[in-house]
Amino acid sequence: MSAHASTVDPKKAELWDTHHHSHDVISTRTLGYFLYLLSDGMLFATLFAAYGVLSYQHSYFGGPTPAEFVKPWYTFAQTIALFLSVLAYGFGMNALKHKNKSGLINGMLAAFVLGVVFLVLDIHDMSHLYSMGITIASSGGMSAFMVLTQVHATHIFFGLIWILVMIAQVMTKGFTEETVGRLLTLRMFWHLQAVIWVFVYIFVYLWGYIS
Amino acid sequence: MLVDLPGGWSPLLGRLAWSQIPYANPILAPLFVAVVIGAIILLGLITYYGKWTYLWKEWLTTVDHKKLGVMYIIIGLVMLFRGFIDGLMIRTQQVWAVGPHSTGVFGSLHGYLTPFHFGQVYSAHGLIMILLAATPLLVGFMNIIVPIQVGARDMAYPYLNALGLWITAAAAALIMISLFVGDFAHNGWFEYAPIFELQYSPGVGVDYWIWTLQLVALGTTLGGINILATVIKMRAPGMTWGKLPIFVWASLSANVIALTSFPALQVALALVAADRYLGAHFFTAGMGGNLMLYTNLFWIWGHPEVYFVILPAFGMMSEIFPTFSEKPLFGYITMVLASMAIAGVSWLVWLHHFFTMGAGPYVNTAFSVATMLVGIPTGVKVFNWAFTMYRGRLTFNAAMLWAIGALFLLLIGGMTGMMLAIPAINYMVHNSVFVVAHFHSMLLVIVYAIFGSVLYWFPKVFGFKLDEFWAKTMFWLFSAGTALVFVPMYMLGFMGMTRRLEYVFNTSWQSYLDVMELGIVVYTLSVLAFFILLYVSIRDHAKNRVGADAWGTSRSLEWMTHSPVPFYNFAVLPHVNERDELAWRRQHGIDQVRPAHYDDIHMPNNTGVAIIMGGLTFVLGFALTWRIWWLCIVSLLAIILLMIIRSFKGDPGYIITGAELQRMEEEAYRREAQIADSHHSHPVSGGVVGNAMAYQRNDSSK
Ligand code: HEM
Ligand SMILES: [Cu+2]
Repeated sequence: MSAHASTVDPKKAELWDTHHHSHDVISTRTLGYFLYLLSDGMLFATLFAAYGVLSYQHSYFGGPTPAEFVKPWYTFAQTIALFLSVLAYGFGMNALKHKNKSGLINGMLAAFVLGVVFLVLDIHDMSHLYSMGITIASSGGMSAFMVLTQVHATHIFFGLIWILVMIAQVMTKGFTEETVGRLLTLRMFWHLQAVIWVFVYIFVYLWGYIS
Repeated sequence: MLVDLPGGWSPLLGRLAWSQIPYANPILAPLFVAVVIGAIILLGLITYYGKWTYLWKEWLTTVDHKKLGVMYIIIGLVMLFRGFIDGLMIRTQQVWAVGPHSTGVFGSLHGYLTPFHFGQVYSAHGLIMILLAATPLLVGFMNIIVPIQVGARDMAYPYLNALGLWITAAAAALIMISLFVGDFAHNGWFEYAPIFELQYSPGVGVDYWIWTLQLVALGTTLGGINILATVIKMRAPGMTWGKLPIFVWASLSANVIALTSFPALQVALALVAADRYLGAHFFTAGMGGNLMLYTNLFWIWGHPEVYFVILPAFGMMSEIFPTFSEKPLFGYITMVLASMAIAGVSWLVWLHHFFTMGAGPYVNTAFSVATMLVGIPTGVKVFNWAFTMYRGRLTFNAAMLWAIGALFLLLIGGMTGMMLAIPAINYMVHNSVFVVAHFHSMLLVIVYAIFGSVLYWFPKVFGFKLDEFWAKTMFWLFSAGTALVFVPMYMLGFMGMTRRLEYVFNTSWQSYLDVMELGIVVYTLSVLAFFILLYVSIRDHAKNRVGADAWGTSRSLEWMTHSPVPFYNFAVLPHVNERDELAWRRQHGIDQVRPAHYDDIHMPNNTGVAIIMGGLTFVLGFALTWRIWWLCIVSLLAIILLMIIRSFKGDPGYIITGAELQRMEEEAYRREAQIADSHHSHPVSGGVVGNAMAYQRNDSSK
């Protein structure tokens, strides 16, 4: 007996699952990946909190501050590259809807190249800072700056590997339940990284530049 | 950019050197010899009985959620034992080293542990008990029970489940190896800034601490995703949210906490690692670092974490009370809401762990009020359990005793928590053993709920009940130990004894410490009773076999399938009509109705990838600890490569035909009938572990 009033007639009740139904593999997979991305979002939220605490004037301990070295236009170019990459991925996914394999692969390749552009710009920026003697060890503020931006860049790096793997999988296996599921989860990942970049750009680069 | 290390470093071995092996330590060296001999005997026995293929095929490569759960629980019990030994050592040091005239041995001025060694013992004790004993035990139970209770054949992601287990195993192995290679952190289980900086803790202890925790966090996050997805996606037809068993709700709320809070810990640890490995200044005392940032980040995870461990325990109690009161759970809806409320509020209270930081009266008041708010949903739960038992037909078997014990401890721990939540009181007793007694009361709620659950669900997993006499003996010994250790501890806390003393200066505390030592001896007897319990129960298992519905008064789906549960859980998934489906079917006399026919079902294949990944994460953790850079790179590359290969291969799974299913089901029903009519007179034999959960398939093609 359950606490609420019984509504089912036990004589007529269906006791076993007679119409065999299978679970939707793709939606189960995207749900799990969405949950993972939630935790990834929490990870960045914590990093932003740490950055917030460590971006006071005294956090830089008299050393260099972002206001001294951030070039907003340079980082804007990175923004454009990443957004175009997401756009290219979107064109690829559009091709997927029409079962157009070469369209998908072209879109993914374009997304890959643009992602590489983003990453190369980032690495160039970092080595430039390094040559000026600005590193993670310069001050608490610079530690927070470096870790936040480079954790994002690391995500981009692994996303690029993943894009290559997916290009190879689509070429060898075509559109199976598995590959399509992965293409969808990769899209979620790639979008989230772009969204997070918006926050990085605004709160770290632009904010750092003006303050 | 990498920091200058104190001490030596070589490209091949990193910081590892012979001098890091404590072979001259009078405690560790004999222990090491004993461990090696034990391991050799164990491996020898496995080889002698030719069990390697069995182990590999049935356990190490399995993706079956029940077997993975059992392995989680085994890891948890082993670590519980290790943590208990640490506790015994702490108590013995404190009862010994009282006053300036106390003697000292083994190079220690007072007692038998040097301050450095004592620090490692209590740090390891705390970390192990919370993250490598309680957590795996609870995750193990969630693993076994949640999929069956929602009427699924497995978790949403069986492979990921195996991965989570092996990563947790890697974490346990890493902290165990710190006993014999190098040393462990000695600044407490949650560490402090800036003493964990390389400058002040130059050894590898803190590094072991970082990577052990990092691995646990990873494993637990993966497990959390899996449970959430399983509950959301895999429920049997008819099981709407309002019909979800209460343990499932508890697991759901707990894993919402895990999923959202563990990233904060991972960041806190990563930033400590950045300080120690890259010379960053997040938490340094100078150079713009912020000490309290660390403490905040840690407890932003830390407080939700304590609710992550207690919510499943609440869920277990909510299953045990109705079964042995023969009544439905009182206040199902409020119970669900209370779990969710606790999960939500647990995010808003972290600052109560450091009121003394001095954030000011407004901040402290806000966090004080938020902390006390937790008492409301917790109180709702306590009343619900009490009303469940009220006018019920109570059976005081061992499982029920543990659950009732948990209820009492919850009251004590909750009340003292409320006291601590008042900043004015907190300033007096913060960092005293009063706090230690508070959280041990709370964590013992979990231990009690776990032992209750071991007794309650054991017959479901293994097909026979545990011995009642020894289970009750263990319960009473354990409870006597609890009283003897923690009542004096509360008193000492009020008298001002601070925590973590390796030398007790006040000789008038001696008698209290004596009582506590007596308590830990009684605890030791209860551990002994537990071993006897296992021995006696396995010896007599043929007498104690049970059918599907082992207790006859349980209410949820897991008691509708055979005991032990077949690897496919349900031959035909049940259609759920009511909240307490089995109780409803029993009441209307339709609990024996069998499915009319069997369809083919699809199951995932075993895989060796998960255990290899676990091994690689262990290597990675070890290499990072000792700064063996080439090994870090190799193991990281291997992990990535393995992931890619696995993703290319995928898992097509395999089909069990309806006919084969029918054969196995009929076999199971035949055995159950045998148990029913031969009860106690003619024991039904069968392997203990061999049969458990391993309904053999006919074909040998696999
Ligand atoms: C009624 C709810 C609770 C309240 C009001 C409460 C309150 C507190 C407070 C104020 C402290 C800080 C004491 C100090 O350091 O000065 C504390 C510490 C602690 N509590 Fe609770 N608590 C509650 C429930 C729990 C639960 C459910 C658990 C775990 C299962 C738990 C585990 C701990 C631990 C582990 C610590 C201290 C950790 C350490 O310092 O090493 N508490 N609690
Ligand atoms: Cu707390």
